[in-house]
Amino acid sequence: MTLRRLALILVVMAASAAVGWMLSVGVSRWTRPASSGRTATVAPAQPAQPGRRIKARLFYVAEDGARLTAVEREVPYAESAIEQAKEIVNAQMAPVVEPLVSAVPPGTTLRALFVTGDGQAYVDLSSELSRAHPGGSLNELLTIYTLVDVLTANLPAVNAVQILIDGKAVDTLAGHVDLRRPLMKNLDLVE
Amino acid sequence: MPTTLIGSQEFVAVDDLAAAFQLTVRDESGAITVSYKGRTVVLTSDQALASVAGRLVSLPAPPTRVGNRWLVPVEFIARALAPIYDVRLDLRRPSHLLIIGELRAPHATVRLEPLANAARLTIDATPRASSGVTQDGNRLLVKFDADVIDPTFPVFQSQGLVAAIRLVDPVTIGIELGPRFSAYRASSEAIEDTTRLVIDLVGAETSPPTLTTGASGSVAPVAPPAVDAAPIGSPPPSIRSIAVDAGHGGADTGVKGPGGTLEKDVTLSAARHVKAAIEARLGIRVLLTRDEDRDIPIDERVAIANNSKADLFISLHLNASLRGEPAGASIYVATFRGTGEATPRLSPERVATFGGGSRDIEMVEWDRAQLRFLDPSTRMASILRDEFQGRIPLDDHQPSDAAPFRVLESANMPAVLVEMGYLSNAEQEQRLAGGEFQNALASAILDAVVKFRGYLDQSAEATR
Repeated sequence: MTLRRLALILVVMAASAAVGWMLSVGVSRWTRPASSGRTATVAPAQPAQPGRRIKARLFYVAEDGARLTAVEREVPYAESAIEQAKEIVNAQMAPVVEPLVSAVPPGTTLRALFVTGDGQAYVDLSSELSRAHPGGSLNELLTIYTLVDVLTANLPAVNAVQILIDGKAVDTLAGHVDLRRPLMKNLDLVE
Repeated sequence: MPTTLIGSQEFVAVDDLAAAFQLTVRDESGAITVSYKGRTVVLTSDQALASVAGRLVSLPAPPTRVGNRWLVPVEFIARALAPIYDVRLDLRRPSHLLIIGELRAPHATVRLEPLANAARLTIDATPRASSGVTQDGNRLLVKFDADVIDPTFPVFQSQGLVAAIRLVDPVTIGIELGPRFSAYRASSEAIEDTTRLVIDLVGAETSPPTLTTGASGSVAPVAPPAVDAAPIGSPPPSIRSIAVDAGHGGADTGVKGPGGTLEKDVTLSAARHVKAAIEARLGIRVLLTRDEDRDIPIDERVAIANNSKADLFISLHLNASLRGEPAGASIYVATFRGTGEATPRLSPERVATFGGGSRDIEMVEWDRAQLRFLDPSTRMASILRDEFQGRIPLDDHQPSDAAPFRVLESANMPAVLVEMGYLSNAEQEQRLAGGEFQNALASAILDAVVKFRGYLDQSAEATR
C-alpha cells in the first residue's frame, strides 16, 4: 500500500465518521424534547421491550356522557418517547368493553406519530376518526381531548398535539373544533 | 403621477410626463421644447402660453423651475400634450384621473334624497353607460358596463336606509344599507348623453323599540316606528344586523337522532324562527349563512357575517353524547387558550393616505379575529343563559363555557355558539324539532339580543 493510498483511505474514513456524526446529532436534535427539566429522554427509536410495562392514564367517556374519566392502565414500555407515545395511543384506541366507553370511533388506527424538538406530537390517524364520528360538539371535544390529554398527561416530553388524518392536516373532525393548530393539555373536561 | 401644489395651482413635472408618454424634452435658454413623433410644443419660462404644433394655447400658469426640474400646470396635459399625442388623453381634474386611450370611463354622479321612510338614489352616468343593480347581503351593488368609472359621491349623514356609499371596485358602486332598509326598485332612462339610474329604497314598517318582556318571557308587540332615522349627531345603533348560522347542511348532516331527525334540518328551521322573530319585533336585519339545505365551508359561513359587517354572530347546533342521557342547551364562546398561540401576532401597520400623511391600519388575522371580541361574546353567552332560564332547558353538566370552535374564531364581531339540546337524547329529539321549542328558543334569543344591545349601548356611552 502506497503512502498516497493510505492517505486516501484515511480521508474516506474521516469523511464517513463526520457524516455519521452529523446524522446522529441531527436526528437526536430533531427528536429531543425541550431541555427545560423534562424527565423523558429520547433515544433512537426502539420497539417496546417485551415484558416490561409502565402505568399510563387513559381517558374514556364518563358516566354522565359529558366529561372524560381517567383510568390507569399498564402499557408496554418503550425506550424512546416516540415509541412510548405510539404504545400509549394504541392502548388508548384499543377496543374496550362496558363499562368503559371510548370517545375515539371504533376502527381508528394509528398511521404514524412523531414528536418535534419543541414537544409537539403529530399524531396521524386513519380516516375512521372522522368518518365514523357520531358528531356533536361535545363528542368532538371528548374525542380530541382524549388523544391530546393521553399524550400530554403521560409524556412530559409532549406539550401539544396536532392531529392529522390520513397524513393530512384537517380543519375539524366533525365541523366544530379547530384542528389547524396543535392543542395543549386540557383537563377541564376530565372529571 | 405625482403632482405639486404651488399656490392654488397643481403642477406636474415635465420629466415625469416625458417618461410616461415617451416625449423628448429640450431646454434651451428659457424655452422648453417638448416633442412627440415630430410634433412639438414650445413653452417659455415666463409666459402662461404654449405653442402647440404652431398654434398658441393658454395655460393657467407659466412653467416653473424647481431645482433642476421644469414643472407645468396639469392642464398642460389636456391643452398642449393631447393635441400632439396619437392616443386620446382625457384629464379629469376633480377626480385626479387621467384617461389614456379609448377607455369607457363615464363620470357617475350620485345623489341621495331622503324621503319619509324611503330614499331615492340617482346616479347619472355621462357619457352613457348601462348598469345592473344586485343585492349582496346588506348592500346594493351597482355595476357599470365600462372600463372604469369616475364617481362623485354625495356628502350625507348615515341614516336608517343608507349607511354609506363607496366605490367597491373600478366599475362598481356599493351602497351600504342601513337597519331600516326593506326593499328597493331600480329603473334607468337615457337623457341626452347621460344614463340616469334611479334606485328607490323603501324602509321597513317596524323599528327598534321599546320591547316589553313579561314575567313569562313573552314579547309584547311594539308600536310602529317613527318614520325617520336617528337625528343627526346621535350615535349609530349598536346592533344593525345579526348573522345567524344554521349548523351543518347538505352532505354534512351533523348529528342523527335515534328517530332519524337530522341536526342540519333542525338548525335551519331554528335559524328561520330566530330570523323571523328578530326582524319582525326588532327591525334588525338578520342574515342567514344558509337558507337552504346545502353544505357551506366553515370559513364561508364566517365570511358572510364578516363581509356584511354583522354586529353579532350566532351559530346554532345540536349536541350528541355517547353515553348517559345528558339534556339541555349549552352556550359556548371561542377560546384561544391551549392552542399554543394566545396572543395577537400582527401589529398595526402604518400606511400613507391620499393627500399626504399616514394612519395606522389595524391588522386582523382572519383565523383569530374573535380575540378582540371575547369580552362581549362572553357577556352575550351569559345573557343567553339568563334568558334561557325557565324557557329552554340548560345542560347542567356543560364542562366548559369556551372551546376552540372554528366557526367562532374568525368572527370579527361578538360571537356565540348555541347547542340547543341533545339530539342523541330520544326524549328530546321530537321536542327539539317542534315548533313550540323553536318559538321559545327564538323568543329567548330575541330577548337576549335586546339586553345585549343595552349592554353595548352602555359600553359605548361609558367610552364617550
